[in-house]
Amino acid sequence: MCNEVIQVDVIIPTQTKYLDLIGSIGEHIAKDLDDFSGDREALAYHLNLVLTEATTNAIKHATLTTPKDTVRITIHIQDNELNIKVYDHGQGFDLETVPLPDFDQPKESGMGLYFIRTLMDSVSYTKQADCNVLEIIKYL
Amino acid sequence: MKLNLEKMNGCSVIFIQEERIDAHNSGELKEYILHMIEQGEVNIIVQLECVRFIDSSGLGALLSGYKHAAAKSGKLSLACCKPQVLSMFELTRLNRVFEIYADLSEAFENEA
Repeated sequence: MCNEVIQVDVIIPTQTKYLDLIGSIGEHIAKDLDDFSGDREALAYHLNLVLTEATTNAIKHATLTTPKDTVRITIHIQDNELNIKVYDHGQGFDLETVPLPDFDQPKESGMGLYFIRTLMDSVSYTKQADCNVLEIIKYL
Repeated sequence: MKLNLEKMNGCSVIFIQEERIDAHNSGELKEYILHMIEQGEVNIIVQLECVRFIDSSGLGALLSGYKHAAAKSGKLSLACCKPQVLSMFELTRLNRVFEIYADLSEAFENEA
């Protein structure tokens, strides 16, 4: 059981130099979680990766439309549920139409969402009035 | 992207000197490898001992190098992957594409 409540709320410029910072936050959270009985090193890598991929997507979407935009990332842990939300202000996309990678003819792009979907328990992308939200849930 | 290039046993060995390959530096790595291939250096080994994190863009940069080297009858192989980096190649089945060697000696035995 993880009985802690953790809330992190970060806003960064849409610049890839901040990916290390965002990924590291996830990695540190995984390493410092009390009462986590799973593979802590694997969780640390996976949170680093998922936060990096989700933030990269948000930066790419924003850079195309409004280069001086920001990306907001929230991480909330409560009652064994880790919830990540990444807010972007780009045009958005339809998560359901993003295909699985073709493993027999691998391409250089398109693996980021596959990582998020494979390593986490639930992923959704919703368009709201003034932004889009990628919501990722992992049960600890 | 901090890296060193050394010619060893007929191969061009790229020693990545970063702990992290992500969308911030993978574009630079991709361009560097493509430039090498354009210059005729098509037998490449990427030594990943320092790398403890790679994302999808990093995998993409290496895959790009692999494809361009293969198109010129060369090869891009990998060596010294840490277990969690290796797991990213396994998750994407790219371990079936790349030759991944435990160390440079093994790489030279097979590639040089």
